[in-house]
Amino acid sequence: MAIKQLSIFVENKSGALADITGILAENSVDLRALSIAETQDFGILRLIVNDTEKAAKVLRDKNCVVNITEICAVAVPDTPGGLASVLRILADANIVVEYTYAFISNSKKDAYVVLRINEHDLATAEKLFREKGIREINESDIQSL
Amino acid sequence: MKMKYWQEEIETASRETLDSLQSERLIATVKRVYEKVPMYRQRMDEAGVKPEDIKNIKDITKLPFTTKQDLRDTYPYGMFATDLSEVVELHASSGTTGKQIVVGYTEKDVHTWGEICARALVAAGADETDFVHVSYGYGLFTGGFGLHYGAQQIGATAIPVSAGQTKRQVTILEDFGSTILCCTPSYAMTIAEAVEQAGIDASKLPLKAGIFGAEPWTEEMRQYIEDKLKIKAYDIYGLTEVMGPGVSFTCEKQCGMHVNEDHFIIEVLDPETFDPVPDGTIGEIVFTCITKEAFPVIRYRTKDLGYITREKCECGRSFARMSKILGRTDDMLIIRGVNVFPSQIETVLLEQGFAPNYMLVVDRVKNSDTLEVQVEISADMFSDVTTALTAAERKLQIAIRELLGIQATVKLVAPNTLPRFEGKAKRVIDNRKLHD
Repeated sequence: MAIKQLSIFVENKSGALADITGILAENSVDLRALSIAETQDFGILRLIVNDTEKAAKVLRDKNCVVNITEICAVAVPDTPGGLASVLRILADANIVVEYTYAFISNSKKDAYVVLRINEHDLATAEKLFREKGIREINESDIQSL
Repeated sequence: MKMKYWQEEIETASRETLDSLQSERLIATVKRVYEKVPMYRQRMDEAGVKPEDIKNIKDITKLPFTTKQDLRDTYPYGMFATDLSEVVELHASSGTTGKQIVVGYTEKDVHTWGEICARALVAAGADETDFVHVSYGYGLFTGGFGLHYGAQQIGATAIPVSAGQTKRQVTILEDFGSTILCCTPSYAMTIAEAVEQAGIDASKLPLKAGIFGAEPWTEEMRQYIEDKLKIKAYDIYGLTEVMGPGVSFTCEKQCGMHVNEDHFIIEVLDPETFDPVPDGTIGEIVFTCITKEAFPVIRYRTKDLGYITREKCECGRSFARMSKILGRTDDMLIIRGVNVFPSQIETVLLEQGFAPNYMLVVDRVKNSDTLEVQVEISADMFSDVTTALTAAERKLQIAIRELLGIQATVKLVAPNTLPRFEGKAKRVIDNRKLHD
């Protein structure tokens, strides 16, 4: 069970982010979650949106480099230690998290957390989540936001 | 009707036949320029060489060189060897490296130019049924006309599209059914991208071959264009001062460019001592025109670097073969004392899976030269994980260091942000103020 994430190459120059989000705005794409990784000369904008395919198409039409990645996201209790307990499960299984970011959910109890896990560890991680009763969110959770 | 050669007898002539033909034509040319062109007479007198000292092709080394500066100094008509009334066409060099120079053609010269381009077209598989789409600039630049005349000599249909208006180029490729595309390799890249962006499947186009030249390009770039446009890409070489495109051309064996030796003598010289180097050794390429009437250059120093072989090609042609141009003494960058040709970096980029859209920015920071390689990221190498991209940058940096021995910084930039070229590419920005 996975959700779709868009990754977009962003040059480190003023206006680059405004241009990309502007294209999405013009095409009525709604952003659900966002994170940016930056290096010295470029950044990667990662987005979860209401219509991934459409967002990818309109961005590619404007010559953006875009990837769609299937990504694992889980609901964690919105209480102190909620995220820590999930990460501990992965750490104990020697599973590396490439990056993570959180966003809000409709429920007051939970927060949603993206966990980017290596492809070869993904099945193990998902099995552990099921065993420990951690709920992976899916596209319908995103749509209901 | 498929032809193997345009002029089989001369294209496959024996070395002895070529040598004696070259000797005979060289003797006549030297005699004529000594009589008609004051500059050549003066230079030969200074060197103590008389026309009668030139008895065969070996004596060519007795003759003084001609440089671009000589052609500028005699601008506009000082080097013409016929009356201007016999000149039917003028062209001029692009003037990118200084004052332009003017060259002239008699009716016979125009025919010769068409003939050598016809040979190149036939070597690329053309016959009278082909549609030759010429996207070299038409105008004072020699680019467009040679292949245009060549196409007409073989009875093919010339389409004088000229350079620019890339969307229109794509429409014409599709609607007119162009089968052979002629332009600079950089413009072929631009057209290939436009074909892709228009959502056209290149393999569905009638285009089958391309004849590309007028700037140095790498073997990797050739394969890249072949793959993008689904064609076979041929190389053509020439320069305004000598004739224009068609001085040499590749055949289907893709093993060097056959020099039209019945019209031109090629020499390869050590760039520092100007002594001839053995076949296979890299040096500066020097041409002498031996049939041209209006503007025959004697031992013209091209500043292009390459090597030759005189072994007969598997295609049957016996003309000497030039390597691809490995660089121009003009294009050579000296970075921290190391000689760097843009083509070397292009090779590394393509080997590492980058597209050949790049710029080299050279600067001087605290008295030390810096080289930044800007290259566009392509969709297939992009990743959501930064480490994958920084690793690609790092790998490229290491490959450049291994090849050139210098540290370059690599900067990934967004697609379609670096300049595209309709004619000759300019991929170097040198911000060092070395000459003021």
